[in-house]
Amino acid sequence: MTAKPLSIQIKNLKTYFFLDEGTVKAVDGATFDILQGETLGVVGESGCGKSMIARSILRIVEYPGRIVGGEILYHRTNGSQEEVIDLAKTNANGPLIRSIRGAEISMIFQEPMTALSPVYTIGNQIIEALQQHRSITDRQGHEEAIGLLREVGMSFPERRVDEYPHQLSGGMRQRAMIAMALSCRPRLVIADEPTTALDVTTQAQIIDLMVKLKNERGMGIVMITHDLGVIAEMAERVVVMYLGKAVENANVRSLFHEPAHPYTQALMNSIPKIGRKAKARLQPVTGMVPNPYNRPKGCSFHPRCPHAIVGICDELEPPLVELSPEHKVSCWLYAERKEA
Amino acid sequence: MVASELPNRPKLLEVKHLCKYFPIRRGLLMRTIGYVKAVDDVNFYIHQGETLGLVGESGCGKTTAGRCILRGIEPTSGEVLFMHTQNEFVDVVHLNKARMHPLRRDMQMIFQDPFSSLNPRWTLLEIVGEPLLVNGIARGKQIEEQVADLLQRVGLRPEYMRRYPHAFSGGERQRIGIARALATRPKLVIADEPVSALDVSVRAQTLNLLQELQDEFHLTYLFISHDLSVVEHICDRVAVMYVGKLVEMAETEQLYLNPLHPYTEALMSAVPKSDPDMKSDRIELVGEVADPGNPPKGCYFHPRCRYAIDRCRLETPVLEEIKPGHFAACHRARELNLRGVPA
Repeated sequence: MTAKPLSIQIKNLKTYFFLDEGTVKAVDGATFDILQGETLGVVGESGCGKSMIARSILRIVEYPGRIVGGEILYHRTNGSQEEVIDLAKTNANGPLIRSIRGAEISMIFQEPMTALSPVYTIGNQIIEALQQHRSITDRQGHEEAIGLLREVGMSFPERRVDEYPHQLSGGMRQRAMIAMALSCRPRLVIADEPTTALDVTTQAQIIDLMVKLKNERGMGIVMITHDLGVIAEMAERVVVMYLGKAVENANVRSLFHEPAHPYTQALMNSIPKIGRKAKARLQPVTGMVPNPYNRPKGCSFHPRCPHAIVGICDELEPPLVELSPEHKVSCWLYAERKEA
Repeated sequence: MVASELPNRPKLLEVKHLCKYFPIRRGLLMRTIGYVKAVDDVNFYIHQGETLGLVGESGCGKTTAGRCILRGIEPTSGEVLFMHTQNEFVDVVHLNKARMHPLRRDMQMIFQDPFSSLNPRWTLLEIVGEPLLVNGIARGKQIEEQVADLLQRVGLRPEYMRRYPHAFSGGERQRIGIARALATRPKLVIADEPVSALDVSVRAQTLNLLQELQDEFHLTYLFISHDLSVVEHICDRVAVMYVGKLVEMAETEQLYLNPLHPYTEALMSAVPKSDPDMKSDRIELVGEVADPGNPPKGCYFHPRCRYAIDRCRLETPVLEEIKPGHFAACHRARELNLRGVPA
């Protein structure tokens, strides 16, 4: 694989929520890169902070959440010169992030029924996004909205553009969402569980659509999901998250064929795979996801890890070990091996 | 369990021509202008000790069918024959309330959402103990003993009996729901998407628990789900629904390797495979699921079917036994050679 230029570097990002009950470390020291024009899959169970990474990049973390540390370095070429912006340090309501949000980096949300406004037509909502970033008339916007809806495979776009979200089916709503996210030709689209609320056949349509649009437009996609099947179908590289940290990141083949982190291994063993008819019992990940207010010391996976080394894993934060240029894992098992 | 020995087992439940039509009412007088045929002439059976999967996309009527069996919803017509005592079947649909009551012990339900299916104001003791009390199985101190036992069986500590559901995670709450369903020692458990709301790691624990409990209590499951990989893992036989009708039913392996209905074929191919090397050759279904209030003529699947012929547009196919134990509702089931899931 040829090395693609960097799009976003996330370095030791920390997004915490300050609640009355305590501090929830939603993202707690995540480090990984997003390359230009690639499809990066981010997998993890609920509460692992995968959605919060997306929200941190776009600076739409809601109160009482706050980015408390780390860097989000956004690389963009402005004309011929390259500039690097630390999104984590920008003013979340300032003009800089507002010019990036929606125009250069946009987002597709999970539940299109709640993410779309019920009181505006989908056309209005697309035109709003367009007018935010470009000075165009309502009529031009209307035309463009129809074109976008046609591009995402909406039937009868001339009619649909004036309909309200409740008049559309789940799959059609998600298509409208995608049209909106693509309206300003972003370089990177962050899709937060875009197919979770959909049926399998609709999910297949949306995945195909996203792959097609990505190839046509050459944009990058960050695909956030808990479904390893969707990752295997779409992603080129994968980041596995557990309790706010990126525990493993690798290209999709090595991740599925040689998962290195015990959590990734456990996750792979715990899913029933279609086509393997063995009626054997699944091997679940033992134990429960720990209480978010009180994360374990050292490696956060050690209480559930079958290979945990007493005295190391429960005490010290694991280092990020490079197994190959395209496979990094944050685990003591591999650090040990390297030293030996 | 060896699949081939299944047909010899006695049937526990037989559903015949089950229908549930919801009226569409409009206007000032709320006149009925049509019906949503949520469940339309569905026929299937479940053997004792078997797990039958009922799959389909949202809105296909699988939940309604499950609830009609328990008479959580009153069916419009049809028969639900349930083996109450040895080899004596009763028609659940036509029983009066007094005769239905003792039967309810034998049929229980596990719900999808562990957050909304448990009363937040009740302790575990009250939640799991209620079926014991209502059915007169236990009273007083006995309830506590039995609840403690049930909690232990589903992997929860009996000391938690006095706590409220909010103190538990999603996976633990689902275990509470399972304990409640098992309290009356039912024969049939209808599990409506029992693991869809759970995370992958917890999902595996719950599926294993359901299998262990099945062996221990000799349970028969009707497992309603939209997740084909989970269904393949846990079910002995699978029935596929599309817009209120059963389109195919067979032993799991048969259905996954050699589907006979084009909808089943498309559904299988749409499931994302957990292997990046497996080339994805999906059959993309064009258009949307038919509206059950206004279904197309002929076979409901014909507008999206790539094998449709003129006959499919005019004549509604019925569920027939194409091969022994393999039923399909398709005019072309005998001639088509459809693709299953590669083994």
